[in-house]
Amino acid sequence: MNWEVVIGLETHVQLSTVSKIFSGSPTRYGSAPNTQANAVDMALPGSLPVLNRGAVERAIQFGLAIGAEISPRSIFARKNYFYPDSPKNYQISQFEIPVVLGGSLSFLVDGQPTTINLTRAHLEEDAGKSLHDNFPGPHGEASTGIDLNRSGTPLLEIVTEPEMRSAAQAVAYARTLHNLVVWLGICDGNMQEGSFRIDANVSVRPFGQKEFGTRTETKNVNSFRFLERAILFEVQRQIELIEDGGKVVQETRLYDSDRDETRSMRSKEDAHDYRYFPDPDLPPLVISPEWVAQVKAGMPELPQQLSERFAKTYGLTAVDTLQICHNRETAAYFEVVVGNLPENQGKLAANWLNGEVLAALNRDNLDLGACPVKALQLAALLTRIIDGTLSNKIAREVFASMWVGESGGEPDAIIEAKGLKQINDSSAIDALVDSVLAAHPAIVEEYRAGKQKAFNSLVGQVMKAGQGKANPQHVNDALKRRLDA
Amino acid sequence: MTQILKDFPNIASLRSALDARKISAVELTHTLLKEIAAQNALNAFVDLNPELSLEQAKTADQTIADGNAQTLTGIPIAHKDIFVTKGWQTTAGSNILKGYKSPFDAHVVEQLLQAGTVSLGKLNCDEFAMGSGNENSAFGPAHNPWHPQVVPGGSSGGSAAAVAAGLVMAATGTDTGGSVRQPASLCGISGIKPTYGTISRYGMIAYASSLDQAGPMARSAHDLMLMLDTMSGFDTRDATSIQTCRGVGNQIGRVKQDFTQHAQHIAQHGAKPFSGLRIGVPEEYFGSGLDNGVAKAVMAAIVQFEALGAQKVSISLPHTRLSIPAYYVIAPAEASSNLARYDAIRYGHRTEQYTDLTDMTARSRSEGFGAEVQRRIMVGTYVLSHGYYDAYYLQAQRIRRLIAQDYQAVLGSKCDIILGPVNPTVATPMGEKNQSPTAAWLADIYTLSLNLAGLPGMSIPCGFAPGFDGQDLPVGLQLIGNYFEEGQLLALAHQFQLATDWHLRRPEPRTGDQA
Repeated sequence: MNWEVVIGLETHVQLSTVSKIFSGSPTRYGSAPNTQANAVDMALPGSLPVLNRGAVERAIQFGLAIGAEISPRSIFARKNYFYPDSPKNYQISQFEIPVVLGGSLSFLVDGQPTTINLTRAHLEEDAGKSLHDNFPGPHGEASTGIDLNRSGTPLLEIVTEPEMRSAAQAVAYARTLHNLVVWLGICDGNMQEGSFRIDANVSVRPFGQKEFGTRTETKNVNSFRFLERAILFEVQRQIELIEDGGKVVQETRLYDSDRDETRSMRSKEDAHDYRYFPDPDLPPLVISPEWVAQVKAGMPELPQQLSERFAKTYGLTAVDTLQICHNRETAAYFEVVVGNLPENQGKLAANWLNGEVLAALNRDNLDLGACPVKALQLAALLTRIIDGTLSNKIAREVFASMWVGESGGEPDAIIEAKGLKQINDSSAIDALVDSVLAAHPAIVEEYRAGKQKAFNSLVGQVMKAGQGKANPQHVNDALKRRLDA
Repeated sequence: MTQILKDFPNIASLRSALDARKISAVELTHTLLKEIAAQNALNAFVDLNPELSLEQAKTADQTIADGNAQTLTGIPIAHKDIFVTKGWQTTAGSNILKGYKSPFDAHVVEQLLQAGTVSLGKLNCDEFAMGSGNENSAFGPAHNPWHPQVVPGGSSGGSAAAVAAGLVMAATGTDTGGSVRQPASLCGISGIKPTYGTISRYGMIAYASSLDQAGPMARSAHDLMLMLDTMSGFDTRDATSIQTCRGVGNQIGRVKQDFTQHAQHIAQHGAKPFSGLRIGVPEEYFGSGLDNGVAKAVMAAIVQFEALGAQKVSISLPHTRLSIPAYYVIAPAEASSNLARYDAIRYGHRTEQYTDLTDMTARSRSEGFGAEVQRRIMVGTYVLSHGYYDAYYLQAQRIRRLIAQDYQAVLGSKCDIILGPVNPTVATPMGEKNQSPTAAWLADIYTLSLNLAGLPGMSIPCGFAPGFDGQDLPVGLQLIGNYFEEGQLLALAHQFQLATDWHLRRPEPRTGDQA
């Protein structure tokens, strides 16, 4: 049988606020246990939550970026369940009315434009961590420690519709989402530290069937590769299970990257009754149109808008802009380069950025932030191509020298030091051509006999004689002139 | 044993004595700590810290000596054990918090300390403020100073008993369903629950967050005004705290100014100070279940209001009877969640023997919480459960809105304030209510709807009615106003107290342990 895969993702994005969502404690990662947990985070008697407006503003930014509706009045609810690293034994979250409703994300999967609709995004607090390190308990027994530093860290949970049909689509969505939240500056995007965690809801159904199959939820996947592996494993597991006459059980599963498999955590039967109800400690979150406008005014240009502007202004292709608008640094780098070139040289800048620069970065495993060739230096190099000082080939040599920091990475200094200036002078080129024609009468004969290939061979000889510095176009012209004369 | 506070009928008189150096705050504190010990049988106090109290008194004396005394400098008070305090244990009357010391003071505690009051300690109450007789306390019941075998009311029973017995000039209380007004009524003192949101709940151990509101308890309406003025104010640490009350900033001075304006207005009318005042008397508050003696005393007080110039208007609050089921769904629902944090992990009572984490939490909670608290947690958990939420919680919220509308349909248009009883009976004998816990809930009929609506209300002494043992026990009159009308209520109550002496009646001091 042919099976269709159905995937929906829930992503927990840690918001980049300095303090927690309901308390003034810092959100820093990696501090000594319980050094950034105050009375609210520890749920001491008499403590009360107060909402951090910065978290709300980040949620608004996200909503605007995906074309969603910002709820004018959303509600914080209590999700009640006992868990030792959840100190109130309820989590403050949004249930019936979330802050962000709808919206969509568009991206390319294997060159195919794809749009995935979002259901909602809601604000909530993170839990602390249990440290299973055998701490001495009150009676000397081995005990679990609890670190509440993360307790109350603001999260935006972003939920898609079950619209993805392959692991590749899911990964592309997740990457796009990751890019967007980092682009907006609402999340540091650090997946190792848990700033971007994905839950994958996966089910399968025979092609053509309308009803969804029973889904499983694989929790807390923290890399794109693991996301792909987890989905592929889960799809395979479900198909084999059904084909063997079994039934998929609705359950929560965990991806084990060491074994590359998902494992059952708890089944629906163990599911909590969360007893959601509106949190009486927090009034409804009212977001006025003025507040939304104010947040909007402070937002960076979005990747989509930037792509469209670049395509229009510089005549770039979709592939060009997709690369350049991958993140804010690349786009900013591009804008500096193109801004320091004459008009209509956007394509040249894009080719170099997406080609030479990206390849070198990948080779040396560097971020653009650590790129040894600064945007202005690249612009200076490209200027020398445009004014004919350098051929593309020589420019690549200069670029390599710039990369390793020769002559302070300044292209003109390198050209000067290495004498790489292109030979454009016609008498110099004519002299080179004459010497080559004189030295290779046999090839000249072949050309005259009608062999086009012989012409290319002669060009090569002239270039060689000029140590590659001769302007290739001029060499071409001069050769033709002499041979056809 | 002399009863030192007997010589001072109100805060103003004690203020004069302190300022005139007829008595020092330290002397006063010393004496009161002795009297508290002597009246130990009342069981009004659950934690003392004489050193800290004397230190606060010393500071007060210095402030007075420096000529910087404020209205409350050196005035002895005490806090209900629901407010967290750095200097005293905070247990909410529960074994689950036995010995708990808070690293911070509640907003109310801070405000009163800044105003120069001297705190004598923590006052007994029903566990987590759940109860109306102070019989649900892990420290044992507090007793009513008017008779050792009747309850002082609750949940702020210790507060009411301490004020009535003259052990403090005033006390803090909390009122979720009547817990300030009802014990004030049963102990013959004055108490006010202001509009929800006017006093910060920061540091007030939560029972039912949407209903909980702090309020002062004292011997007169004027004293309540001084206390309430200091306790009120916007606080950024409580998201439900109100910033402005009808355009006026919620801050120290608001209540006093409002009170003064109303008092001046009243004074203009001479012998008929209440001229032009329309008092609404809800028919639903005088139906079956109301004790005859209580009804008589309350009606007499209404007649007194009329004698002072007020006009009586019959009104109806048709959803009153629904306040009981609505309250006993909403309050337990919120409580079941608010009390989840007492899990024996970070603080509080932990059982000795347990097999695993779940067992530890379950056993600790079973041991730490009393019967009434467990009952309400179970009711609350049930009504929020999947499949029952709509039928119970949502329905209760709808009733809550109807109840609030009942008041808005009459306040302003038909009447200016509402008068009625606080409690259907005078204080009842100890042990009686424990026989049927749900029957006890019915007695909250006159107080619950105010919390559901968020309105201000107060109780002032208005007479006596025969109770247990044939002894006359105090009856309270309830005054209900519209949102933020605390100043008006207090001014009217003050005027009533100028014309009557019910609030000046004191129980005979009892020493030893007749209880």
